[in-house]
Amino acid sequence: MTRRNDFRARAHPAYWAFVVHRLSGLALAVYLPVHFWALGQAIAGDAALDGFLKFTDRPLFKFGEWGLVVLLALHLMGGVRVLAIEFLPWSGLRKNWVAAALGCGVVFGLAFALALVG
Amino acid sequence: MTSAITQAKLWYWQRVSALVMAPCVVVHLAIIVYAVRGGLSAAEILGRTQGNWLLGGFYALFVLACAVHVPLGLAAIAAEWLGWRGRGAGIAATLFGGLIAVMGLRAIYGLTA
Amino acid sequence: MSADIRVKVWRGAEQGDFVRYEVPRQDSQTVLDVVTYIQRHLDPSLSYRFSCRVGMCGSCAMTVNGVARWTCRTSVSKVAADGKLEIAPLANLPVIKDLATDMSGFFDKWAQARGLFQGRRTRHDEFARVEPASSERIAADAGIECIGCGVCHASCDVVGWRAEFLGPAALNRAWTLVNDQRDTGQLERLRAVAGDAGCHVCHTQGSCSERCPKQIAPTAGIAGLKRLVARAAIKGQL
Repeated sequence: MTRRNDFRARAHPAYWAFVVHRLSGLALAVYLPVHFWALGQAIAGDAALDGFLKFTDRPLFKFGEWGLVVLLALHLMGGVRVLAIEFLPWSGLRKNWVAAALGCGVVFGLAFALALVG
Repeated sequence: MTSAITQAKLWYWQRVSALVMAPCVVVHLAIIVYAVRGGLSAAEILGRTQGNWLLGGFYALFVLACAVHVPLGLAAIAAEWLGWRGRGAGIAATLFGGLIAVMGLRAIYGLTA
Repeated sequence: MSADIRVKVWRGAEQGDFVRYEVPRQDSQTVLDVVTYIQRHLDPSLSYRFSCRVGMCGSCAMTVNGVARWTCRTSVSKVAADGKLEIAPLANLPVIKDLATDMSGFFDKWAQARGLFQGRRTRHDEFARVEPASSERIAADAGIECIGCGVCHASCDVVGWRAEFLGPAALNRAWTLVNDQRDTGQLERLRAVAGDAGCHVCHTQGSCSERCPKQIAPTAGIAGLKRLVARAAIKGQL
């Protein structure tokens, strides 16, 4: 067993961007089949879909939906940053894009929250 | 196909599917924020989606891109954090991609047909 | 001067433990000074590597407070503001003893990535003419200052997660050669840096570029290799 790094070696923005990107992707991947199953309820008719929508019309689920929207926005922007690093001319680790990704997460989270309660 | 060529192509497909999904996600986020106003109901949703082949086509493209992109990402996590590599892991990833494609297209059918 | 520095130093090999020492503070003291003091005055059995002491050779790379650094260029006042230091060998390499790692695997990966120049001219030919302002030469020049210190390799988590991953230093070297118009082994090199052990498993964590003491960005070279390999694979050249 060679020595491995701990959190101290990982304390820089590009690494945090990696962690957020990976964990958000994992969460969205787990969510997708559930999402498709829920929407597929429409096959059983309006009532089936409505039943599901009524069931999820509670604070815990709405908070979860908000979280997923934020994770999607973060994963999108983090991914666009990776594409920029890999395909555009080199311009450093693009840490300003990390900040922009966070900003995007905030914006979409806010938009969703406002749409939900407004 | 050697491993080198396979890995190169998998990387390439991961990036190409990401390029397809980026605008899809932006559109989808906008649709979500729009749709969620005033609460969700089957009537509202189906009123918009039923018979809407443009929307159906858009989401079909989105689903297929997901079916490529998601398993590749999961395979990397499985290999690095769970130590799960080799043929078994590849087959599991492919099956998950198939699941996403089937369930996603089924959902689109349910909402647009 | 203020109180002694409290230092924890890794003793042993892969099995071992941190041993504590108290080292007097001095002006402009570096972490290498601290290690040297311990070995000369407190415990002569401590094993460590150094050579130039002035930030040119890369031999003194160690893990200081969890981060891979050149100890001769790390000032104690900067990293031990609270008077505490933790010194360990570089991560991701086998430990021979105490602070000295076995770097043979690191250099083996360099060879596996075909990080060796292969030319076609002999001493009887004219000199090659290389345009210094060409984009390839600029790309190569950005990476050729690497002295093989191992800091990037130690900082990379993918190296830790995938034992066969060639790592940022080897791939950076391959990138400088891929951009060398005199080199004749380009296809073999692209084959060598593709696959699970090569450029495509880099997740742009960026620790290599963040920590390189020579401000080289292996992330840039690896991104370039990803593009070149994918293009060659699609064209059926691999």
